[in-house]
Amino acid sequence: MRNALGSVDTVLLLGGRSEIGLAIVERLVRRGARRVVLAARDASASMKDGGTAPVDDLERLGAEVHVLEFDAARPETHAALIEEAAARVGDLDVVIPAFGVLGSQAVYDADPVAAARDVAVNFGGHVSIGLAAARRLREQGHGTLVVLSSVAGVRVRKANFVYGSAKAGLDGFAQGLADALHGSGARVVVVRPGFVIGRMTRGMTPAPMSVTAAEVADAVVEALDTRKGTVWVPARLRLAFAVMRLLPRPVWRRLPR
Amino acid sequence: MTLLTGWGRTAPTRATVARPRTAEEAAELVAKAGRRGVVARGLGRAYGDAAQNAGGLVLDCTALEPSWGPGPWRLDSWRLDSGGLVTASAGVSLHDLMTALVPRGWFVPVTPGTRYVTVGGAVAADVHGKNHHVDSSFGAHLRSLRLLTADGSVRTLEPGDDLFWATVGGMGLTGVIVEATFQCVPVESAWMRVDVERTRDLDQTLETMAATDDGHRYTVAWIDLLARGGRMGRGVLTRGDHAAPGDLPARARGNPLAFAPRPLLSAPPWAPGGLLNRATVRAFNAAWYGKASAGPRRVVQGIAPFFHPLDGVGGWNRMYGPRGFVQYQFVVPLGAEDTLRRVVERLSGAGVLSFLTVLKRFGAGTPGMLSFPMPGWTLALDIPAGQSGLAAMLTEFDGWVAAAGGRLYLAKDSRMSAATMAATYPRLEKWREIRRRADPDGVFVSDLARRLRLC
Repeated sequence: MRNALGSVDTVLLLGGRSEIGLAIVERLVRRGARRVVLAARDASASMKDGGTAPVDDLERLGAEVHVLEFDAARPETHAALIEEAAARVGDLDVVIPAFGVLGSQAVYDADPVAAARDVAVNFGGHVSIGLAAARRLREQGHGTLVVLSSVAGVRVRKANFVYGSAKAGLDGFAQGLADALHGSGARVVVVRPGFVIGRMTRGMTPAPMSVTAAEVADAVVEALDTRKGTVWVPARLRLAFAVMRLLPRPVWRRLPR
Repeated sequence: MTLLTGWGRTAPTRATVARPRTAEEAAELVAKAGRRGVVARGLGRAYGDAAQNAGGLVLDCTALEPSWGPGPWRLDSWRLDSGGLVTASAGVSLHDLMTALVPRGWFVPVTPGTRYVTVGGAVAADVHGKNHHVDSSFGAHLRSLRLLTADGSVRTLEPGDDLFWATVGGMGLTGVIVEATFQCVPVESAWMRVDVERTRDLDQTLETMAATDDGHRYTVAWIDLLARGGRMGRGVLTRGDHAAPGDLPARARGNPLAFAPRPLLSAPPWAPGGLLNRATVRAFNAAWYGKASAGPRRVVQGIAPFFHPLDGVGGWNRMYGPRGFVQYQFVVPLGAEDTLRRVVERLSGAGVLSFLTVLKRFGAGTPGMLSFPMPGWTLALDIPAGQSGLAAMLTEFDGWVAAAGGRLYLAKDSRMSAATMAATYPRLEKWREIRRRADPDGVFVSDLARRLRLC
């Protein structure tokens, strides 16, 4: 159960190796979370090696960590996974689907099948896991679903419109789900980071107002304390995008990236 | 489906709320509770999540009729014998009881800082009041209980039964309390003879209380947490006793037992956050401290302003704004004054805003396995939930309190960890064992029980 000062007891991270996801989980554990489920593909590999693997880190901080096999691309397994996580740790206080793939637009242009596959993960996977999680949270009468959207989906750019359009779909899904859950005791926090410097964007030149996974995690944890439903990271992106949304198409399409 | 919170208005969760009118109706509801279980709720004055049950069923017990049959009005929900023994339906509030009993010359054995708690809640939390140092807590005055258990039966329990002491202080997790019988105390008036005295600092507050408490039935100290340095822990000590008709002002002597309190004003539902800020709390503290004279001063006060000053403001919890507030109340054994001093030093150094900070010396506890009081010092704070660094500071205090052999009050708690709970309630295992026998399938459950992994 979440306590009066925002500390929670259980966390489910889907995409158990995600940098942002693990940064959020680590902060929640430092603030008192004691039971964590990490769900990832090939979960048995590299999640625990007695050193610095995610499970070891979290156990050192005092958490009891469960690892579950999870494939975002297989929606037919998602409802069972949520139930299995709840069977392991009880009520799910925070659920964080943090999986995703970022391919280059050039590759997608050349390989439409790969594009469709990635969209199925970045959007479809989040829809099925999000709905399965929402059902559980609604039943338990409390809990938070953290949806990692992106400014890439706020206004889609030609430089990465496959990724951006999946995020746009996800953002819309998350807002609709948040409204659907209103009054149920459960809630959704939509997170819209800018360019996140990290493993996923290695080799790319950071955009203006870039952030790190740690900064995103700090903002998410802060939002869990309050009743905020949408978090921009950094916060000034909200204003920036209020303007960018209004740019005329001819200007928008000339943006270099 | 309703979103419920405790009095602190933090951590809302959703539950189905039903309002049984009889124990039989309650039993039917309990039988159909489903896998998210059920818990009883009274007037929702527990500060945290004790009377919430996320995704499950909550029984609003305020309409429960007594076993001797329904009556046309609430007054029928209690019975009084000539010796002051009262049997009351669990949903009756202490306010209703006092309004009925005081004019007849009887007073409830224990009242917390508000009259707006139910008898069932008073038993489930084993509430204490300003007379704890001489009279112990509510459970000490109970003669018997009627408890609806998971199997649908209503059991009559007495102090010789294990389940009785698992229920007193058991936070509603052994069943639904439907009726309680307890001994009241005789009074000659609805007034209190009160000594008010200011103290310079924490040491003087503690010394004066330890030295003079026993001469009075009711004592409490208010502490000015914003005072620092040499004045840290200064406060105002109030010590009172029920007044005799001869003590009363002339205008009250004609009808010394007249008692009809009502809220003077009400906080608006839209009260914004931040009304209780550093400036207003400082001004309040200075005024309150300044009002008390340096030497002892005797006043005659009504029962309501003496015991329940906050009941004068309806919905005062809304003054803390939308984020709500937490109560932090701990007890440390006598001899652990250093722990108390460290907490006060730290709070006062950090400038933590606490609107009402109250210190009290406890006497003997009850055998209630999850009952809070023990001989020692208890400090209660009201803190707005938004203050930065608060969570970490209170967690640090938890450690100090546990190390000193103390504990936190479940009716106030909304944030401690399951580990702290297990470390500070030595009779928890015993309680679990008795509870398992009475409720093997775990039908009775609450958010508090889930958070602290009680069952």
